[in-house]
Amino acid sequence: MTAALQAHSVKRKRLGSKNNRVIPGFGLTMGFTLFYLGFMFLIPVGGLLLYTSLMSWEEFWKAVSHPQVVASYKLSFGASFIGASINLVFGALVAWVLVRYEFPGKRVIDALVDLPFALPTAVAGIALVTLYASTGWVGQYLEVWGIKVAYTQLGVVVALTYIGLPFVVRTVQPVLEDLETEREEASASLGASRLTTVRRVILPALLPALLTGYALAFARAVGEYGSVVFISGNMPYRTEITPLLIVAKAEQYDYQGAAAIGMVMLLAAFLLLLVINGIQWWTSRRGL
Amino acid sequence: MTTQTLGNVANPALAARWRRATSEPDWLRWTLIGISLSFLALFLILPLLVVLYGAFEQGLAVWAAAITEPDALAAIRLSLFVVAIVVPINVVFGVAAAWAIAKFEFRGKSILITLIDMPFAISPVVVGLIFVILFGTQGWLGPWLAAHDLRIIFAVPGIVIVIAFGTMPFIARELIPLMQQQGKEEEEASLTLGAGGWKTFWYVTLPNIKWGLIYGIILCNARALGEFGAVAVVSGRIRGETNTMPLHIEVLYNEYMFTAAFAVSSLLMGLALVTVAIKSVVEWQTERSRRCADTP
Repeated sequence: MTAALQAHSVKRKRLGSKNNRVIPGFGLTMGFTLFYLGFMFLIPVGGLLLYTSLMSWEEFWKAVSHPQVVASYKLSFGASFIGASINLVFGALVAWVLVRYEFPGKRVIDALVDLPFALPTAVAGIALVTLYASTGWVGQYLEVWGIKVAYTQLGVVVALTYIGLPFVVRTVQPVLEDLETEREEASASLGASRLTTVRRVILPALLPALLTGYALAFARAVGEYGSVVFISGNMPYRTEITPLLIVAKAEQYDYQGAAAIGMVMLLAAFLLLLVINGIQWWTSRRGL
Repeated sequence: MTTQTLGNVANPALAARWRRATSEPDWLRWTLIGISLSFLALFLILPLLVVLYGAFEQGLAVWAAAITEPDALAAIRLSLFVVAIVVPINVVFGVAAAWAIAKFEFRGKSILITLIDMPFAISPVVVGLIFVILFGTQGWLGPWLAAHDLRIIFAVPGIVIVIAFGTMPFIARELIPLMQQQGKEEEEASLTLGAGGWKTFWYVTLPNIKWGLIYGIILCNARALGEFGAVAVVSGRIRGETNTMPLHIEVLYNEYMFTAAFAVSSLLMGLALVTVAIKSVVEWQTERSRRCADTP
């Protein structure tokens, strides 16, 4: 039996390699892909690595540990963390409502979730600051409660929540659609209340998707520039995000300072990508 | 389905208990829908309305004047010019990468996919900075470029390069999963029947990936027109020369010309709305073709 299976798989493998030869264009497409990736991506990123490696360690450390820069890390990473957390909660809720419930206008709402991904960040930026300024449609009511959003750290959080909105919804939605209701029914027939079923059956199944969406929203928020600069007011030490400091340094021809901070951002992006791939590897190992 | 049949068969008290254990009560349902819709209204609908209101507050004539003013027209022309170069390059790259990844097995495939995704994770500002360091007047190749009278940074070529970099993943990301899912049987059939490689691609592959490709192009187009952070670093914001549409919006906004800023924004917003609409059409089409394939 096993021998037969093995023979079968060997035959399939041989067929597979034969098929590879049937379909043409491997050299052409692979060659172009690698050439373009190398030209557009590896050479420039390698250039930045080389450029910063030519700086002395003291220079590099001075550039990345200046108090103004450290304040910007705190704001960028802190606001991204809060924004992504808001998106985790509301993204999961929106995905749940869109998959499980019926209500009028659902298709339109579903389509609109992608808007922050397609809308230019500068447009989002001026729209948000106009809404949340003290005379704006939303801002004037918050002002009554003494809450200021525009030109404060809260404004940064609002902008980063906006641009991260699609990620959690779009990673959770397909998983929720594929989730079999039989498992929930099994849980119910074993005597679990609805709350217990949600907590012990549905939530664990959604966990990898939630984490992936969270990491994607966080990664996008950390590097975001366009939508934040309008609403933040860009006050040093208070509402200055790290990407803004890079732009400011580049505009003053301080390329070394900008490159050093850029390296920190690049490392953060790379780590986040590793985390996301790690979650996906863990998910496929769990067999979900 | 099962819930209902079970509920109908059993006695009323049991049915109610079953319903309580497998679904949410109506009040909770509508509360959750209400909270979600309020959140989405606040974050998705209100920004749209504020752009529309700002653009058309002073009437159609003012809106039309704002987008036909020479600097605005120059920005629109430049943005369209950049898109006309960047999108075709990304189509070729996306199709080539998806063909190599979906139709063949090779080592390091997942590394290649991660590399294609990387521009998506890198801050646009860092992308701009990288090219300023390479090609800027104070950069590595700066003196050589100056000696040969070439300008890349603070000029159109730099804008084209950073936008091409930033939008690199979009078409490839749409096509790779689509082509992987479709497999290669149809191409093999075409090839064994004697069609050439190009003919097979043109008549077999392309019709299959048509909708994904269309969405990829539209998304790439919208993102290329909207790219801001990277362009802000390399363009130098020379009015009428290196201002793309988003940079023009920023300039107008900073000069307190809000109506004009929102008027130009309304064009980009219209494009974004078309993009999400096309995405749902594409999803609907793929769902329909899958259902057609499922029913014998």
